[in-house]
Amino acid sequence: MKQIAKCFKGNYREMTLGPLFKLAEAVLELLVPLVTASIIDVGVANGDTAFVLQRGGLLLLLAVLGAAAGLTCQYFAAGAAANFGQHLRRQVFAQVMRLSPAETGHIGTGGLSTRITNDVNQIQAALNMLIRLGTRVPFLAVGGILMAMILNVRAGLIYLAATALITLVLVLVMRHTMPKYGEIQAGQDELFRLGMENLEGVRVIRAFSRQGSEKKTFDASADRLTKLLLRTGKISAALNPAASVAANGAVILVVWLGAGYVHAGTMQTGEVIALVNYMTQVLLALLVAANLIVLFTRAIASVKRVESVLEIQPAVTDGPSAAGRTDAPAFAFKGVEFCYYEGADNALSGLSFEAQPGQTIGVIGGTGSGKSTLVRLLLRHYDVDKGSVEVQGVDVRRYTLPQLHEKIGVVPQKTILFSGTIRTNLQMAAPNADEKALWDALRAAQATDFVRQKKEGLDTPLGEGGAGLSGGQRQRLAIARALVRRPEILILDDAASALDYATEAALRRALKALAAESGNRMTTLLISQRVAAIRQADVILVLDEGRLVGKGVHESLLRENELYREICASQGIDH
Amino acid sequence: MRKDTLKRLLSYLRPYKTQVVLALLCAFASVLLSLLGPVFIGRAIDAMLGPGRVQFAPIVRVLSLAGVAIALSAVAGWGMQVLTRCLSAKASQDIRRQVFTRLNEVPLRKLDRRRHGELASRLVNDADAVAEGLMQGLGQLFPGLVTILATIGVMLVLNWVIALVVILITPLSILFAQFVGRRTARFFRSMSNAQGATSGFVGEMVEGRRVLQDLGYEQEAGRQFDRLNADYTREYRRAVLYSSFINPGTRFVNAIVFGAVAVLGGIYAIHGGITVGGLSVFLNYANQYTKPFNEVTAVLTQVQTAFASVERLFEVIDWTPETPDAKGALAPSHSEGYVKAEEVCFSYNKEIPFIRSFSFATQPGTRIALVGPTGCGKTTIINLLMRFYEVDAGSITVDGQEIRTVRRDALRSLYGMVLQDSWLKQATVRDNIAYANPGASDDEVVEAAKKALAHGFIKRLPQGYDTVLARGGEDLSAGEKQLLCIARIMLAKPDMLILDEATSSIDTRTELLIQKAMERLMVGRTSFVVAHRLSTIQNADEILVMDAGQIVERGRHEELLEKGGFYAGLYNSQFGGV
Repeated sequence: MKQIAKCFKGNYREMTLGPLFKLAEAVLELLVPLVTASIIDVGVANGDTAFVLQRGGLLLLLAVLGAAAGLTCQYFAAGAAANFGQHLRRQVFAQVMRLSPAETGHIGTGGLSTRITNDVNQIQAALNMLIRLGTRVPFLAVGGILMAMILNVRAGLIYLAATALITLVLVLVMRHTMPKYGEIQAGQDELFRLGMENLEGVRVIRAFSRQGSEKKTFDASADRLTKLLLRTGKISAALNPAASVAANGAVILVVWLGAGYVHAGTMQTGEVIALVNYMTQVLLALLVAANLIVLFTRAIASVKRVESVLEIQPAVTDGPSAAGRTDAPAFAFKGVEFCYYEGADNALSGLSFEAQPGQTIGVIGGTGSGKSTLVRLLLRHYDVDKGSVEVQGVDVRRYTLPQLHEKIGVVPQKTILFSGTIRTNLQMAAPNADEKALWDALRAAQATDFVRQKKEGLDTPLGEGGAGLSGGQRQRLAIARALVRRPEILILDDAASALDYATEAALRRALKALAAESGNRMTTLLISQRVAAIRQADVILVLDEGRLVGKGVHESLLRENELYREICASQGIDH
Repeated sequence: MRKDTLKRLLSYLRPYKTQVVLALLCAFASVLLSLLGPVFIGRAIDAMLGPGRVQFAPIVRVLSLAGVAIALSAVAGWGMQVLTRCLSAKASQDIRRQVFTRLNEVPLRKLDRRRHGELASRLVNDADAVAEGLMQGLGQLFPGLVTILATIGVMLVLNWVIALVVILITPLSILFAQFVGRRTARFFRSMSNAQGATSGFVGEMVEGRRVLQDLGYEQEAGRQFDRLNADYTREYRRAVLYSSFINPGTRFVNAIVFGAVAVLGGIYAIHGGITVGGLSVFLNYANQYTKPFNEVTAVLTQVQTAFASVERLFEVIDWTPETPDAKGALAPSHSEGYVKAEEVCFSYNKEIPFIRSFSFATQPGTRIALVGPTGCGKTTIINLLMRFYEVDAGSITVDGQEIRTVRRDALRSLYGMVLQDSWLKQATVRDNIAYANPGASDDEVVEAAKKALAHGFIKRLPQGYDTVLARGGEDLSAGEKQLLCIARIMLAKPDMLILDEATSSIDTRTELLIQKAMERLMVGRTSFVVAHRLSTIQNADEILVMDAGQIVERGRHEELLEKGGFYAGLYNSQFGGV
């Protein structure tokens, strides 16, 4: 809650003035029954038409003033909600961008987006309503009772009891339905998931003729949701009738009392009517509150979801700041142990090696051998359980994250480009890169040809995820993007899988030239399943189930390492 | 709001006819009884003639009548609410089920062209909107109408002049709401555009956040987000502000009505045209009368949303399903493995022929490799073999039987299929492997997993075979997912196999081992393989080399290489020659 409360900052003026104006509106509204009572008790009783007309003018004035106050309140409410939403949205977005996919995996990509957009909107809408009605409703209720008390204490007490009763019903209904809304939301999510699953897997489902059982699953889930809705509905449907019985019961009592007072001459008929009007007002106000409850319940659920994101403490945080040493290895793993979650087998065990500046390190191994884990530890997506990972002689945990990432250019397994243009994508890691730097990077990544062919060249627009380009083209742009920054460490994580043999070979030569050009400062880490991609590396690491089982150059490994030989054989390589 | 849509929507209420009638009766009773309350109270006030002149006997009588009326009205009101909720939930549930059923019946081509998220959202959000709209429509419009008519009637009887004033002034609030609504529609449009832009940006950034972090782009992304967020906030403030004027506006109109009734009523009371109690009834009814008008604007938006939603749902229901299997269609449970295609033609677009005069024939137990550049039609051929798509001309036979005369489920069960996209359910590993054979024993499941070399990694999962694969196995690597799909086929033991680049994301060493297991599975089984891998191609009995929907070359690997044609070129660019 603290995180969210911070977003009220800068809104205090709107948050106080808005309700105040609403209060003014309500006060004016509460005067209406009194004026009406005087029309009857004074105007009608004395047959004074002028008085009636004059009071009518007063009613008109009250209406105009009330509307003006109401409009002013809406103005402040809209402003406060808008600002609050803007702040909260920014905060959640920043937090999501800080967290690692592992830390938010249980929420999922779609869930995170929903929290930034829908959930914040939901909270924003509730805040808007809260300012607009949050003071009006209690004030009308309390004010109505107070005014009734001024007219007649006993009548006021009866109304107080009725209001308490209605509030009790409201609380009971809320308490029963509130937790249900979470369940209903979960039921809807489940239904959506089943729908998606069914559509994505339509071929498999039909291939195995499992439509029947899929439908049964879906229907069961949908029925559960309907039942839940009906059960909740039955209870919330009782709210209005119950409230109306309580309110009208009070009215009957008061009229009965009033009859006695009128008989005794301590009350006038018009005052009885005013009392009846006040109860109607109280009832209406409470019913508005009841109808808002759904909105607030949803908003509370949203607050909880947003909070659950804001409360996550990033596991990987900035180190104190450090500078790398030029005389140290470019990067080194020292006795690294790591597992993804407690109880799981180690993804890496006892891994140690060093990469000297300018070297090309190749890593090969099967699925689950730990190749990708190695990359993740170097980039500090995770921290090691034991041992250490060093970059330029300094433990990666001592750098700030920007310091560390500045040294490393990475091309991930899965190519991700962003909507914009080729240029905006290339400049992501190096915002100030000039035309020449961009073309140099494209040349090394073997991407000049197809970019040149585009009519708009570097300014060719790209759709989301790089739509409009082939897989190979996207991959080459991702490589160029990593190169624009001229990183000291370049990581290609199975990043040439969509390239054909000739292009891949040219890429390797270009990278070599680039490393030489940098005075052998660029160290390359090549991860691949293909021997052809790594066979020319200065050092090849062979990984198997998280352990380093071979280290050396291609020829020696082929001679001495059984696993490596097997991998080569599977790819038709015997020399 | 089209008339036939409304009629069709209402037809979904037909199975619940009794409940509809009951709901309407309840609404009627509840409204009329609740309107009686003020009348009785008015009578009671009229009986208070002044100090010492209060007639208690009639007051007791009318007040107890009022009590009974209010209690009955509450019960009827609750009944109506429960009934309409029930009705609308059930009707929308029926529509939802129909849509889901239809989605599982329509030709795949219909689904291939659609965004799945959008269709799934129809199943959930649109169906919910229909339920909500029906509930509001039935639960508010009808009682509202009864209220308006009844109050008009009573007011006219009490005093027709004041009644006319009330009746004529009140609709001003609707006019005002409409006026503001039309003005703000534009603001809401640009607000939802700004919101869409923000959501799109957020979706993309969240999806790619790992890459952004590695590139050190978070700061800049934050700045871009701030700009979009500011735009959205500006639009939000404007749209919400103007639309929130409606509420004080209608209240203003109501206050005027109330004032007019008080003044006119007062004057009439002075001249004896109405009793004081009658005036109290009038004031109360004026309030009651305005309520439905105030609520109708809110309800109308919901009803309109529901109409848009129900049209989207009916659209799916109206999609033509696959032509049903002919009566007496064959249902072979076993295939020898003779598959023959003769002069098969197929096109996605009538004007542009795609697959043309495609022919081949298999012998039992042979392996056919489909090879060619992306988009050459390999996947289309598989869709035709499985009858996911139907041929436009020509024929495909299995064991000499034209596949259109075979039941689809029977035909499909002859094949075991591993596709490019590994699809897994959100269910346990065990249930996923046993997807095609729900009755399989644990031992059989484990055996299949072992054959598919999936046993090793399954054991490492937190709960082994009982691990639930969240979101279709999002946490597994692509290779692991594919291993599970292979295990699924290992257990199903089909007579023929279709493998569409089945091993594209498994490392070559694992692939080699799987290949060994697959070899065993493929013995005696006719297999179709869309393959890019050398080993698969080399072992094929016949390679069909495709380009732009046609077979351009066919033969064995060595023959085709020797020929030095299209295949040789493709092969050299992919494997760099030997």
